[in-house]
Amino acid sequence: MLEIRDLHARVEGRDILRGIDLTVPAGEVHAVMGPNGSGKSTLAHVLAGREGYEIQRGRVLFAGRDLLAMSAEERAREGLFLAFQYPVEIPGLSTALFLKAALNAVRKHRGEPELDAIEFLALAKVRMARLGMDERLLQRPLNEGFSGGEKKRNEIFQMAMLEPRFCLLDETDSGLDIDALKLVADGVNAMRGPGRAMLLITHYERLLEYVVPDAVHVLSQGRIVRSGDRTLARELEEKGYAGAAAPRP
Amino acid sequence: MPAEAKKVRDLLSPEYKFGWTADIEAESAPRGLSEDTVRLISAKKGEPDWLLEWRLRAYRQWRTMVEPRWSNVTYPPIDYQDIIYYSAPRSAKDGPKSLEEVDPKLLEVYAKLGIPLKEQERLAGVAVDAVLDSVSVATTFKEKLGSLGIVFCSFSEAVREHPELVRRWLGSVVPHTDNFFAALNSAVFSDGSFAYIPKGVRCPMELSTYFRINAADTGQFERTLIVAEEGAYVSYLEGCTAPRRDTNQLHAAVVELVALDDAEIKYSTVQNWYPGDAEGRGGIYNFVTKRGRCLGRRSKISWTQVETGSAITWKYPSCILQGDDSVGAFYSVAVAANRQQADTGTKMIHLGRNTRSTIVSKGISAGRGQNTYRGLVRIQKGAAGARNYSQCDSLLLGDQCGAHTFPTVEVHNPTARLEHEASTSKIGEDQLFYCRSRGLSAEDAVSLIVAGFCKEVFKELPMEFAVEARKLLGVSLEGAVG
Repeated sequence: MLEIRDLHARVEGRDILRGIDLTVPAGEVHAVMGPNGSGKSTLAHVLAGREGYEIQRGRVLFAGRDLLAMSAEERAREGLFLAFQYPVEIPGLSTALFLKAALNAVRKHRGEPELDAIEFLALAKVRMARLGMDERLLQRPLNEGFSGGEKKRNEIFQMAMLEPRFCLLDETDSGLDIDALKLVADGVNAMRGPGRAMLLITHYERLLEYVVPDAVHVLSQGRIVRSGDRTLARELEEKGYAGAAAPRP
Repeated sequence: MPAEAKKVRDLLSPEYKFGWTADIEAESAPRGLSEDTVRLISAKKGEPDWLLEWRLRAYRQWRTMVEPRWSNVTYPPIDYQDIIYYSAPRSAKDGPKSLEEVDPKLLEVYAKLGIPLKEQERLAGVAVDAVLDSVSVATTFKEKLGSLGIVFCSFSEAVREHPELVRRWLGSVVPHTDNFFAALNSAVFSDGSFAYIPKGVRCPMELSTYFRINAADTGQFERTLIVAEEGAYVSYLEGCTAPRRDTNQLHAAVVELVALDDAEIKYSTVQNWYPGDAEGRGGIYNFVTKRGRCLGRRSKISWTQVETGSAITWKYPSCILQGDDSVGAFYSVAVAANRQQADTGTKMIHLGRNTRSTIVSKGISAGRGQNTYRGLVRIQKGAAGARNYSQCDSLLLGDQCGAHTFPTVEVHNPTARLEHEASTSKIGEDQLFYCRSRGLSAEDAVSLIVAGFCKEVFKELPMEFAVEARKLLGVSLEGAVG
């Protein structure tokens, strides 16, 4: 589903990604863990198509297509979704209006009919109920005045509505209390399936207790320095990154 | 970041869609302005002597006045002798009696504008008066309104059919001596709309006028007068477009509203005159005087405007709150993109007791646009218990535009309560990226962000116009959900 080869990226003259190699097959959930400053968020933003990064080398194939040649919105329409670490507020713009526009942009691209307001609301209510969200949130301005937990859940809600093929979750567990974390994890788990792949980017192992990954990768100084199964996450938690991040012998 | 900024610039300077001209034979006055021009216009319209005299007084007054230069806009001197003050589509010479008599070419013009008069008459239930260049072309729905005693017609027709009403109210809100452009308008106005809602009548449909400047080098000087008698209600909409031309064209309109006891007038404008090209060539100078007088107790007047067009906008729709407990409101979205300049705002003059006013102004600046909010809230001595709430928000797109606010407050009564809020924000790269990462094009993203910013004003527009306004800002339907 996603194949990253020798990816190098700089921002403001600093090398952040220094040769990432990573493959996430369809149907699998992978985690990328790493300390602050290892390049986790840069990786997420580069994959999602944020501007301002200089890609020096490497390529990324997404379902067989050249991901880096696509604009951010093309990637989204092709089925890549980034759940933001810090969701952005847009004053005055209702969550419903925003998401309906986004969903219809994606559906149009897939050749599906656009949803009208009633169909959209019906679908949204079902999805929100699963995440334990208050449907009045739909009428509130996007992320404005949302609590940290509401913002994160709103990201997962958007993901559930847009039904991407590839889900990229950037520090989705940060700032969540245990109840909210469980709800978010349930929402993520509900989306696991053979046709979909996920990449969880996280600092802590916490989320991985609820969303069990098929593989764990350690990112350090812009490279994947170790890969392993879910036990690697626990090892990192116990020994810390300095102890566990050394390349395998 | 520069790439992003450029994108935003491109988005906010879309191609002007109404820039075509129609090939309609016109009958025009010679260029220039003199007493003879005023007499010619008056004669063309077959006006009574009192109106000619009124025009001439205005003209003489205008000659003694100096063009105001205090606003925050710049433009080369206007040669008032190089303007054509009267232009009428030739076929409209004798005035249309009904839609069937209207030149099909004219109707095509309006269809192209998206206002099929016949369609609208049948389906939408909006009564439309359409003013092309200087002459009113057709007024739909006249009979239905007439059965309620409502008069809705062109200004010329009102002068002919209801001279007593026109004579009583014309100039009662904006005197012919009011200001340079109002005096000019009073001297040479050629047509416009007139609406009269009798006592206790609630106008059952939106009244609407579409203005279009078609002929070249022509000024448009229309005059609108709306009178709502005791307990009457009317919602009035006005829309404007003009063809793309390299030279600037002057539009100096006057709108007067009068609301008697318990009457309410809602006046909405979607102004999309040709704004000029990206380099600032051409475009309409929109120098307009709009004022409403809440003459009666508990009367209400609200102005809602979406100003996206014109090279320069200079207008301050105002309310004189004379009757006790009267209410004034001003809701405005003004866009200044490319080289557009907008200097707009309102005046709320509180005379009566317990009068209230609300001002919500949203200025959007992009490209090299300059957007100025200029407002006055004056509480006179007798206006005990007066209240005002003002909110002025500015949204900046890019780093070459400007937003300015000049709010003025004069309080002569210690019991008055005033609140003022202001904010300035920028569309951030992070907002755009967030939207795009959900599959929205940058263009749609800007539209949605702008729609969010303008929400409080769009809410005030009648449904049909809200849609048009959002389209104008390139926005897909807001409010369809919830």
